[in-house]
Amino acid sequence: MQFDQILQYTLSGISTGAIYALIGIGFSIIYNATGIINFAQGEFVMLGGLLTLSCLELLNLPLWAAVPCAVAVSTVVGVLFERLAIRPLRQPTPINLVIITIGGSILIRGLAMLVWGKDTHTIPPFSGDTPIAIGGATILPQHLWILAITLIIIVINKIYFYHTISGKAMRACSYNRRAAGLVGIDVRRMVLFSFIISSAMGAVAGIIVAPLTMTAYDVGVMLGLKGFCAAIIGGMSSGISTVIGGLILGVLESLGAGLISSGYKDAIAFIILLLIMFIRPQGLFGKADSERV
Amino acid sequence: MNFKVISFVTAAATLLLSATVFAAAPIKIGALFAVTGPAAFLGEPERNSAKMVIDEINKAGGVKGRKLELIVYDTAGDATKAVQLATKLIKDDKVVAIIGPSTTGETMAAIPVAEKEHIPLISCSAGSKITDPVKKWVFKTAQNDALAVGRIYEYLQKTKQTKVSILTVSDGFGASGREQLKSQASKYGITVVSDDTYGPKDTDMTAQLTKIRGSHSQAIICWGTNPGPAVVAKNVRQLGIKTPLFMSHGVSSKKFIELAGEAAEGIRLPSGKVVVADLLSGSDKQKKSLLAFVKDYQKHYKAEGDHFGGHAWDAVMLIRNAVENGADTAAAIRDQLEKTKAFAGIGGSFTYTPQDHAGLGKDAFVLVEVKNKDWVIVK
Repeated sequence: MQFDQILQYTLSGISTGAIYALIGIGFSIIYNATGIINFAQGEFVMLGGLLTLSCLELLNLPLWAAVPCAVAVSTVVGVLFERLAIRPLRQPTPINLVIITIGGSILIRGLAMLVWGKDTHTIPPFSGDTPIAIGGATILPQHLWILAITLIIIVINKIYFYHTISGKAMRACSYNRRAAGLVGIDVRRMVLFSFIISSAMGAVAGIIVAPLTMTAYDVGVMLGLKGFCAAIIGGMSSGISTVIGGLILGVLESLGAGLISSGYKDAIAFIILLLIMFIRPQGLFGKADSERV
Repeated sequence: MNFKVISFVTAAATLLLSATVFAAAPIKIGALFAVTGPAAFLGEPERNSAKMVIDEINKAGGVKGRKLELIVYDTAGDATKAVQLATKLIKDDKVVAIIGPSTTGETMAAIPVAEKEHIPLISCSAGSKITDPVKKWVFKTAQNDALAVGRIYEYLQKTKQTKVSILTVSDGFGASGREQLKSQASKYGITVVSDDTYGPKDTDMTAQLTKIRGSHSQAIICWGTNPGPAVVAKNVRQLGIKTPLFMSHGVSSKKFIELAGEAAEGIRLPSGKVVVADLLSGSDKQKKSLLAFVKDYQKHYKAEGDHFGGHAWDAVMLIRNAVENGADTAAAIRDQLEKTKAFAGIGGSFTYTPQDHAGLGKDAFVLVEVKNKDWVIVK
């Protein structure tokens, strides 16, 4: 086995893993603020990609304007989803909420199918597609965009959660909702914020991968599940552990497909998911009762 | 004119009218297409084409003064539904022939119904087991995978390339292609040096392709339907692999070129003639049908007609020809279908015999190459 093959597997894995990480963080933020797993997270990834396509083709916007526009619209969808489906619930037991998010994801996917049709679409890469050689391996400029944007988002997240009042308030909610409410934090508003942040992040993830992987009304399902996996490996943290979880998942998938058999690629993700659930339900890096934000 | 005369005239007119209505009772044709679900890329153009050609036939006065009536049901790609709907078409709608279903799995499930009820079924799916062995009531219009594989291997043999890597999608289409690619290789003196698969929803195939790059093959053959092959094309370009890349007829539509962009350039694939209709030489017998189909489809749906739609077009036309030859019952239509000789349709030139219900030869496929975002025929 040559070195450059391993290098290629690793590089491919890291760039796919960065996407899983972004989606995974979206899961964690909502989980920490509300205690629910938002299974509609993958649909925001789909919306990001397809809305960018519409902005580019129907409104003829340049790429730098289309991206924020698509993120904004996806965020509005996230807000509507929280307002119309999550908030009105009288007795929000976790199981009810989970079922609602699954229903919401099916609804969003169905609407997307009616709007954009069943075809696969592609959007142009941000800065050309001339491959860049690193050692014996190659990556595309788009991969660098993915890594850079993921990094920026993680840094912004960190600053937000540790250095702003509303970020700190959101952390308080995740430690103890009742206590947070008692000290005057508007818990419902924090829940809304968490939906805003995670739908925007999902949309960004969907946009930056679309030039590579293409997009269609149903891409959210698989990407959502992989992102969920990353979040579980990272112990539902919305910080660096989920990022590492995503990268581990991406690299293992890529190495598995290359060295063992490509047929088992998706199985790898779910075997890891099950192992983590059985052996270390607090995540790979978590202490048994750790802070999660 | 008194009241009696008026009522007599009215009665006579009514009788006359109902008599003409009776004479023109439409011939009912059933259709089962996977209009929604994972195989919608097949079912949708098939339904559109079938509706379009039936409309055209009726507008031109029908066949022998009888209109054709098409009853379409959506199977959503589900074999169980296909069986139920086939039964419904036969028992409730009393159709004399069934077109479809769209996929091999559904067709295999619906065959026993058609055989038992003695209704001709013209499948629009490609699996060779549909008509091999021959079943009395079952025909098909889609080209066998075996013919497409044969086209590629023939070309490789001609250009003296003997080592191939195959990369197939892990669904029915890919599995059938993989089987054919492996079983036919030795016949053409070709060895499969690496055999990989990818999932239908996978978004990155660089791992498989890195492995293939290490296998030193002389050609890569990827078997799948959009969007996977477009990702493969992009990944091949990214990895700087110079080995010639071949695809299946599953991506012979403009959509593939659009998705793969620059990366599509130079890719070769076997394709039904429909994508290169205007490039065919004038002596090609299919050219007239092909151009008519492409033009009609453009007019009706503002989209490019593809060979999937062509399968349904062929099926309707085969039935139409049978009706024109005097058949109007299920049994008579079946007998006439079997007598079809050199019918130049979209998928190829059909000649059915009691031993062959697939009806096509290797000339149904041409090898095409992507050049400047369009197709050219490889000589």
